[in-house]
Amino acid sequence: MRATRGASLATGGLALRLGKATLALNAFALFAFLYVPILILIIFSFNDTRTVARLTGLSLEWYTKLIHNRDLLAAARNSLLIALSSTIVSTILGTLTALGMDRFRFRLRSAFDAVLYLPIVIPEIVMGISLLLFFNLAFFPVIELASGAKLTLGLPTILISHIAFNIPFVYVVVRARLVGFDRTMEEAARDLGANEWRTFWRVTFPILLPGILGGALLAFTLSLDDYLVTVFTAGTASPTMPLYIYSLVRKGVTPEINALSTVLLLASMGLVVLSLAAQRRE
Amino acid sequence: MTGSDDKSGRRGPLLVLPAAAYLMIFFVLPLIIVLVISFVERGRAGGVRSPLAPTIQYYIRLVDPLYVGIFFKSARIALLVTGVCVLLGYPLAVFIGRSPPRLRSPLLMLVMIPFWTNFLVRTYAMKQLLGAEGGINGLLLWLGLIHSPLSLIFNEFSVVLGLVYGYFPFAVLPMYASIEKFDLTLMEAASDLGANLRRAFLQVMLPLTFPGVLAAIVLVFVPVVGAFITPDIMGGGKVEMIGTLINRQFGVARNWPFGSAMSLALMVMVVAGVLYYLRSSEEKERPI
Repeated sequence: MRATRGASLATGGLALRLGKATLALNAFALFAFLYVPILILIIFSFNDTRTVARLTGLSLEWYTKLIHNRDLLAAARNSLLIALSSTIVSTILGTLTALGMDRFRFRLRSAFDAVLYLPIVIPEIVMGISLLLFFNLAFFPVIELASGAKLTLGLPTILISHIAFNIPFVYVVVRARLVGFDRTMEEAARDLGANEWRTFWRVTFPILLPGILGGALLAFTLSLDDYLVTVFTAGTASPTMPLYIYSLVRKGVTPEINALSTVLLLASMGLVVLSLAAQRRE
Repeated sequence: MTGSDDKSGRRGPLLVLPAAAYLMIFFVLPLIIVLVISFVERGRAGGVRSPLAPTIQYYIRLVDPLYVGIFFKSARIALLVTGVCVLLGYPLAVFIGRSPPRLRSPLLMLVMIPFWTNFLVRTYAMKQLLGAEGGINGLLLWLGLIHSPLSLIFNEFSVVLGLVYGYFPFAVLPMYASIEKFDLTLMEAASDLGANLRRAFLQVMLPLTFPGVLAAIVLVFVPVVGAFITPDIMGGGKVEMIGTLINRQFGVARNWPFGSAMSLALMVMVVAGVLYYLRSSEEKERPI
C-alpha cells in the first residue's frame, strides 16, 4: 500500500468508526422509541388496580374480564369473519388480475392499471365516505327498486368495501412476483405434453404461491386493522374489533384496553413470523 | 412476450374482468357519486336535494381562509412527519443493511412487528405514555423534577409525535429494500477515486437508493396528510386536520356536499403530489 492511501485510510477509519457509532446510537434510540410505549402498555395490562401511572401489584384481572366481555367477543368474531372472507375473495380476484395484466395486452389495459393503483394512493377517508354515499344514495335505492328489499349498512357492506380495497394490494404483491417469472419453465412443461390447465397447476401456481400467500396475508392484516373505511360502512349494528377498540380508547385509558392490546400484539407477532416464513420460501 | 400470448387475445380481458367489474362498481362509481354530490345542495335534515339544480357554493366555501388554513396545516404536518421519518429512518435502514447477516433478520423483524401491529393499539400506547397519568409524567414526578403533571397531550406536538410513531416503519421498510441491494464496494470505489464520505454519499449512494427514499416519502405522506385516527386520538378534538374536518361533515355537521368537495380537494392534492414524485423519480433514474 502507498503511504498516502494508508494515511487516508487511517483518518477514514476514524471517521468510519464514528459514523458506525452514530448509526448504532440512532438505531438504539429509534428502537427504544418504537418499543418503550408498547412495553409499558404490556406491563400495565398486568396491574392489579385501574391506574396506569404506578404498578401496584400483579394480577390477571383484566384478562379474565376480557374473556367474559360479550361485546368484545362479538366484535372479534365479526372482524375474523370479514377478514377471512375478504381475503379469500380479494386473493382470487387479485391473482387473476395480476396474471391477466402480466401476460396479455388488450384495450384499456393501461387505464385499468391506473384504476388498480388508485385505491392504494387515495386517502382512506375518501374511500370511506365515497362508499357511504354510494351505499346510501345508489346501491340501496337500486336494490329496493329491483327487489323491494330495504337494506341498511352492516356486515355485508363492510365486507364489500374490504374486498374493494384489498384487491389492489393482492394485485401489486402477486404482480411483483410475476416480474421475475421464468416463462421457459412453462414452455418446458408444455413441450413435455402438459395441457395449459395442468401447466398452470403444476408449474405456474407453485412458483407464484409465495407471492399469493404474501398478498393474502397483507389483505388479511389490512382488513383486520381497518378502521376508517369500516366506520363509514358499518352502520350501527355490528362493530368490528377496531371500531370497538376505538370506542374504548375515546372513553379513556384503562388496563382493560391494555390487556386487549397485548393479546392483539401477540397475534400480530404471529403474523410477522408467518410472513417471514412465506418470504423464506421465495 | 412469447407466441402463446398473441393467439389468445381474449384471455387477458377475461382474467381481468371480475376485478375490473368489481372495482368499477365499488370503487370508481362511488368516487363519481362523491363528485356529483359535491355539486348538489344539502338537504335540510342532512342528506342532499335534487341533483338537477347544481351549485358550486361548496367549492367557494372551500377557499375560505379557515379551510385553506387547515389544508395548509395538514400539508405542513405531513411534510414535517415525512421529513422526520425519512431522515431518521434512512440511517436506521443503513445500520440494518450493514449489520452482520446473522443479526439482520432479527433487526428487520423489530421494524416489522410495529408495521403489522394494529395501528389503534400503537396510537393508544403513545396516548397512554403522554397522558397526565402516563409514564413520562409519572417518571418526572417520581424524580421530583415537576410537582404537577405536564400537559403533553392534545396539542400539535403530540399529534406529530403520534404520526411519526405510527408511520415510521412505513418509511424504514422500503428504504431498507433499496439499501440492501446497494453494493457498498461502490462507496470504496468512490473514495479510492478521491471522493470524501459526504460526496460519495451524495453522488453515489443516495441516487442509487433514491427509489426506496421516494417510496418512503409516498408511503408516509399520503396517509398522514389525510389522517384521521391520530389527530382525533392524540389531538383530543383540539388539533384540526383535513381528515377530522371531513369526518365532521359526515358526522355532527351532516353536510355531505361540503364533505364531498373537501374529499375531492384532498384526493386531487394527494394524487397530484404522487404523480409529481413519480415523474421526478423517473427523471432522476434516467441519467444513471
